[in-house]
Amino acid sequence: MSNILTQTAAPADSAKPQSRNYWIGVLRRIGREKVTVVCGLILLAILLLAVLAPWVVGADPYKTSMIRRLLPIGSSGYLLGTDELGRDMIARLAYGGRMSLLIGVMPVLIAFVIGSTVGIFAGYAGGRINMAIMRLLDVFYAFPSVLLAVAIAGALGQGVSNSILALTLIFIPQLTRIAESVTTQVRSLDYVEAARMSGASSLTIIRVHILGNVLGPIFVYATGLVSVSMILASGLSFLGLGVKPPEPEWGLMLNTLRSAIYVNPWVAALPGAMIFITSMCFNLMADGIRSAMEVTE
Amino acid sequence: MLAYLLKRLVYALPIALSVTLVCFLLVHIAPGDPLNAVVPADAPAEVVNALKAAYGFDQPLPVQYVRWLGRALTGDLGTSVATGRPVVSEVLSAVRNTILLAVFAAVIGFALGALLGGIAGYRHRGLVDRLATALSVVGVSVPHYWLGMVLTIIFSTKLNWLPAMGAGPGGSKEWMWDGEHLRFLVLPVATLMVIPLGIVTRTIRALVADTLSKDFVQALRAKGLSDRAVFLHVVKNVAPTALAVMGLQLGYLMGGSILVETVFAWPGSGFLLNTAIFQRDLPLLQGTILVLCLIFVLLNLLVDVLQPLIDPRMRRG
Amino acid sequence: MSTDLLLPTAEDRGGPAQPILLVKGLRKYFPLGSSLFGRNRGAVHAVDGVDITVPKRTTLGIVGESGCGKSTTARLLTRLIEPDDGEVIFDGEAVGTHGGISIKELRRNLQLVFQDSFASLNPRMTIERAIAFGPQVHGLPAKEAVERSRDLLGRVGLEPNRFGGRYPHELSGGQRQRVNIARALAFNPRLIILDESVSALDKSVQAQVLNLLMDLKDELKLTYLFISHDLNVVQYISDHVMVMYLGQVVEVGPVEEVYRHPRHPYTQALLSAVPSLDPHHRTERTPLTGDPPNPINPPPGCRFRDRCPKAHAVCASIAPPSVVVGTDHSVACLMADPASGHPDAI
Repeated sequence: MSNILTQTAAPADSAKPQSRNYWIGVLRRIGREKVTVVCGLILLAILLLAVLAPWVVGADPYKTSMIRRLLPIGSSGYLLGTDELGRDMIARLAYGGRMSLLIGVMPVLIAFVIGSTVGIFAGYAGGRINMAIMRLLDVFYAFPSVLLAVAIAGALGQGVSNSILALTLIFIPQLTRIAESVTTQVRSLDYVEAARMSGASSLTIIRVHILGNVLGPIFVYATGLVSVSMILASGLSFLGLGVKPPEPEWGLMLNTLRSAIYVNPWVAALPGAMIFITSMCFNLMADGIRSAMEVTE
Repeated sequence: MLAYLLKRLVYALPIALSVTLVCFLLVHIAPGDPLNAVVPADAPAEVVNALKAAYGFDQPLPVQYVRWLGRALTGDLGTSVATGRPVVSEVLSAVRNTILLAVFAAVIGFALGALLGGIAGYRHRGLVDRLATALSVVGVSVPHYWLGMVLTIIFSTKLNWLPAMGAGPGGSKEWMWDGEHLRFLVLPVATLMVIPLGIVTRTIRALVADTLSKDFVQALRAKGLSDRAVFLHVVKNVAPTALAVMGLQLGYLMGGSILVETVFAWPGSGFLLNTAIFQRDLPLLQGTILVLCLIFVLLNLLVDVLQPLIDPRMRRG
Repeated sequence: MSTDLLLPTAEDRGGPAQPILLVKGLRKYFPLGSSLFGRNRGAVHAVDGVDITVPKRTTLGIVGESGCGKSTTARLLTRLIEPDDGEVIFDGEAVGTHGGISIKELRRNLQLVFQDSFASLNPRMTIERAIAFGPQVHGLPAKEAVERSRDLLGRVGLEPNRFGGRYPHELSGGQRQRVNIARALAFNPRLIILDESVSALDKSVQAQVLNLLMDLKDELKLTYLFISHDLNVVQYISDHVMVMYLGQVVEVGPVEEVYRHPRHPYTQALLSAVPSLDPHHRTERTPLTGDPPNPINPPPGCRFRDRCPKAHAVCASIAPPSVVVGTDHSVACLMADPASGHPDAI
């Protein structure tokens, strides 16, 4: 090959690092955003507290005490007070976190898997199949999510798995829609056509070329859904539809502590504050991740 | 234009039909016998069967569906198993209360949201922008039922300015337009409007900022157009999407009011739904969900139809 | 220099006399109106009865304005879109039929280089892996595929150690097109279709890429189909040229012959619009009248007659057949056929 070509092909800037991993770049950008990092740390703390509750928290969340009911925050031995049945609030909040995080995150996770699969398939297939699937989903969009969640959970009855099922059904159409939308966009790009030109099978093309470019946006959307899911899940428990007492769960605790607002309002407000903090941290973190991922192109 | 309207109508019909089907099926996935609320478990078989026939529970499911739908179309949604009163009247009076709440929350929320979002979009990174962003994040992250409790604590328990529950003095279900009853409206509306406030603020802020950054705005300014005229242009560009979002939010307010109504014991459709679930009052449950969902479908249709009127890009042919 | 690339060179089955590509009656209509109400609104006649002959180791340039069907033709040939009608014969074997050549086999022999250099590369893949993908699909193990891909990068003038691990957004437009060419070469094809491949590049970069293409053509015994709207570029690189208008071929012939003696009024108008660089041979503008017609449900007869300065009544009733006017030179115009009834026919 002629030297002229190799010489003139050299760019003006010389030493660029060899293999710049896209994800390392994203992580680096996230690290610079203080808000995102702080929120991530808070979430990690909450998660650890919930998971490691039996070892970190000394008190028993089920142990009731009729004389120590509704002690105010800062009481000796009960730093965050006690609830209406005399149970230690710190323990209730920590153990309650397990349930709340579970019923908040699980539906989004399951819906992410199912929604992505169906959506990517619909987006890649295009044409009539795509239309059929999306029209089917449109029926779900005719229902306001809260109403449908309550209706399904209400019909199925109380219980954690019923709540998770109801919420999953709410989120699947949303995630499918975004998966289909992003996949359709990517599919029409030339590099997918070039991949088709290579004679590769559809599955290979999806795996190698489409997934990497599509899962990112879907994932970001899903993280935004987690806060909605947590609020709804706790909301279901608040209505008496989710977790059964005496299991601790933030929404359920809000419900049972409602009558206590006249006696000890701040203790009554604590569980909701936890939901608020967790949900806000998720949202802020999702926003941060999204802007970090968008900057590269 | 007419063709577009017709198309939208024709399209909405199968959706509405599917909605009725889902509503119908919903209560039938429930475990347990629907008659349990009325009849004690140890009642003699003939009584149970007679009641079953009276309510039509003994027919096969498709038949039940068609009969139910037929009656619903004539305005008969059955009788509440718990109270014995016709479902339609219960639902409609409850819906009236919810509409009251939703409309107030919508109007205030949208107006505030538009204002904040607009200012934030104009003055990028200014104080209002930061405030608006913070507000919108809070708005979508806060569990509104908790917010309702907190507001109750502050304004009712501690300060004793506003009542904590109900629609009227003595827990009445009727609401009237007077100062006495307005006080009952304040806290529920304040709580309910937080979510649309957050979303509308964020949406309008993004739209305004985006429109202002577009080249044609620069061109208008270069032509010497006054700020006021530029503002009108911005409004025209932002309006279609903003109105679509608001329409959607109104729908969600109608459907999602259940949690707030529970906190404040507001006698609306959400509260009714709650009651129906716990009393396992299936006709009432079916009727309430049906009415609420159909209202939602209607609202969406309205937004779809109004959009081309506002957004010239959407007009076909 | 070794021609030992990735996969073994595809065999030359037809022999030197057999044209590598023979297309007859290629047709593709895109129906309009996808909703329930708009069934019979007609169709866009994107490609309407196109015949192509490409001898081995030559370059056929395809020119025409936007919307004339050039890109659709490229996609039809590579079967990215299914044709409605027509026969495609690659090196003597019919494509997509039993006993002929399968589509997967075709894709080993025929490759496409796209116009948008950025959109044609996966933003999340390093370029050496992007080039290696094709051979891997055809069975080459990953390690070898990457090795060969780096070898190819060197051939197109991009040093593999510096460029191999880069991502598309870290390259310039010209570099990306070299990558696209390398990717096409990775299959060791015999025919490469270049769809407006240099159109988006600066002139100086265009020249480099064109020269690269010509060198590769000689070295690797390639045949090219070069689609462009830029007449100068086509003249530089092509042996033959085909002029398209509204989905049909209006003139085809050796490039110098067509450029010097265009027989179709459309070709004449196109060429006259190119400013002459020679002050002693100023081009005279052949005026084009009328508006470009609708590709949707085109009118009968010659499609160019609404803009043709020499149009006559007979042009509305007969669709002009292709008439031979010189060695390998044919034109679809009634004026070239003395028996057509056109008053200016020679």
